[in-house]
Amino acid sequence: MSEPERRISPEDVRHVARLARLALDDDEIGRYALQLSAIFEHVDAVRRLDTANVPPTAHPFPVENVLRLDSVAPSLDRATVLAQAPLAEGDCFQVPRIMGEAP
Amino acid sequence: MTARQSPGIGSVAGIAAAVRSGEISAQSVLQSSLRRVAELEGDLHCFNAITAEKAMADADAVDRMVASGIDPGPLAGVPVALKDNLCTEGIPTTCSSKILAGWLPPYDATVVSRLRRAGAVPVGKTNLDEFAMGSSTENSAFGPTRNPWDITRVPGGSSGGSAAAVASGMVPLSFGSDTGGSIRQPAALCGIVGVKPTYGVVSRYGLIAFASSLDQIGPFAATVADAALGLEVVAGHDPMDSTSLERPAPDLLASLDDGVSGLRIGIVDDFLSDVSAECGATVMAAAEALAAAGAEVDRVKIPELLLGLPAYYLIAPAEASSNLSRYDGVRYGLRVDGPDAETMNARTRGEGFGPEVKRRIMIGTYALSAGYYDAYYGQAQKARTIVIRAFEAAYRNFDVLLTPTTPSVAFPFGSKVDDPIEMYLCDLCSIPSSLAGHPATSVPFALSPEGLPVGVQVLAPALGEVLMMRVAASLEKAAPPGVRGPVTP
Repeated sequence: MSEPERRISPEDVRHVARLARLALDDDEIGRYALQLSAIFEHVDAVRRLDTANVPPTAHPFPVENVLRLDSVAPSLDRATVLAQAPLAEGDCFQVPRIMGEAP
Repeated sequence: MTARQSPGIGSVAGIAAAVRSGEISAQSVLQSSLRRVAELEGDLHCFNAITAEKAMADADAVDRMVASGIDPGPLAGVPVALKDNLCTEGIPTTCSSKILAGWLPPYDATVVSRLRRAGAVPVGKTNLDEFAMGSSTENSAFGPTRNPWDITRVPGGSSGGSAAAVASGMVPLSFGSDTGGSIRQPAALCGIVGVKPTYGVVSRYGLIAFASSLDQIGPFAATVADAALGLEVVAGHDPMDSTSLERPAPDLLASLDDGVSGLRIGIVDDFLSDVSAECGATVMAAAEALAAAGAEVDRVKIPELLLGLPAYYLIAPAEASSNLSRYDGVRYGLRVDGPDAETMNARTRGEGFGPEVKRRIMIGTYALSAGYYDAYYGQAQKARTIVIRAFEAAYRNFDVLLTPTTPSVAFPFGSKVDDPIEMYLCDLCSIPSSLAGHPATSVPFALSPEGLPVGVQVLAPALGEVLMMRVAASLEKAAPPGVRGPVTP
C-alpha cells in the first residue's frame, strides 16, 4: 500500500470506534488508521466529483412506504424470541445498567 | 491442477423431471448428493452446516407426494444449498460470524419457503465471507472454502460455499446473495452460472442485511437453463419485503433458445485495460460468438462506470454500519459482559466481528460522521445517480452490455487478504449494475492458460432478465467444451 496523503489518525479511529460501539485494541487502532487512510484516499475521486445539479440516489427505484391493514395477525411467539437472547428475565431482555451515577 | 469434468449428481431439470415421473426417488437423489458431499467436503469446506436428517425427512415428503399422485413442484427432489445468511427456521444461521454463534432463526426466509414449496430439498448452509463482506470466502470465521478447480485457490466470494458446492457437483442448484458481485464473481471463478436479478425481483425477507439498497438473492447452477429455473421459482412479489416489486416472476425458460439475432450488444471498453489479458480476451471472444450468431455487436465507452467502485465502497459500508448496529449483545447471538450497556455492546462487537466486518463498519461510520457526510456519503449517492444515467444513455443504443465478470481468474489463498484495496478491486466490473439495481449474470466462457475458468458478464437494464438469459444461453452454446463445472477436484 502506498503512503496515503490523507491521514486518518489513531485519535480519529478511536472516535469512530466509539461511535460504532467497537472495542478495538491498540494494534487494531494503528492498523485501521493506516488502512482507512488508504481507502479514503482511493475513494477521493468521489469527493472531488463535480456534482452540481446531480440529485442523490438512495435507492435504485422509487420506494414508497408500504402499509399493511391495521388488523391483528399472529406474530412471533414471545417465548421463542426471548429464548434466543443471551440473558432474559420474565418477559424482558436483560441488559447491564444504561445510566451512570448522577455527576 | 487435477480437476476433471464430472456430471456431479445431475441437472436441476433432469432430477426434477425424473422425480416427478416417479422414475427415481427424491431420497435416492438426496443420498447421492450426501455421498458426494461426504467425499469432497473435507477438501473443499463448502458448508457451515449439513442438515442431512431434515433433508431426509423433506425428501420422504416429496416421495410420498409423488406416490399419492400430487405434483411436488418444479424442483421436485432437487437438493439445494443455501448461503448461510438466509434464515432457516430452527437451523443455525451464522453469516460465518462468531457474533451469531448459536442463533436459531424463528422463521424461514421467503426464498427458503418458496424452494420448499417447489419440492426442493435443502441439504445445508454454505460458507461465506463474514456477513457477505469479501471476495474470497477467506473472511469466514470458520475457515475458507476452496475452489474445486484448484484447491490452492479461492472460490471467490462472498458466496464462495454456494458456488463451490455447485461447481463440485454436490448439488445442482444453490443460492447466494449479491451486493456488489458476491454471486457473479464466485460463479466466474468456479466456472458456473450465477445470476443477480433486478433489485426487488427476489424477496429479501429473511436475508440477513448487509447493504439494503443493493442486496439481492440469486441462483448458482452449472447451466443457464438450470439457473433460470431456480430464479423463476424464488422470484415474484412478497408482501413481507417492502422493496419487493409488485410483479409476477419472469418467464425465462420459454424464450431461452430464441437466439440473439438482431439484438444490439455493446462491449464496454472501459474495464478492458484494468483486467488480465485472459479476462479481456474472453469478452472479445464472447462478442465474436454473439456476432456470429446474428447479433449486432459494437464497442461502447461508459467511463462513468468507473465511479462505481469508489462510490460503492462508501455506500455499502455506510449501509452496513447501520444494519449491523443490531448486533449489540441484547436480543440474540454473542454477549461479552461489561459493567454498563455501552461497554457490553462494544466488547461484544469487538470480539464477535472479524477484521473485515470491523473495517467496513469503521469506513461506513466515518463516511456518515459529522463533517464528512456530505463529502463522502452524499457525494457517493450523487455518483450513484451519474452511474445510473450513464447506463440509461447506453441502453438507448444497446439491448444488453458485455463486460468481464472479474479482473482476474481465481487467485491463491492469502494473496490479497492483507491489502483491502486489492480485494475491493475484484468487484470493479460487477458493482455498476448493483448500484443501478440492474440484473447481471456471469457465464463461463473460457479457460485460462493454467486451466482456470474465466467468466463473461451480461448486463441488462432493469427487469431485462428475459433478454439477458437469452444472451447467456447463446453464449453457453458457443462456449468451448470443458470451460464449466461440475468438476471433481
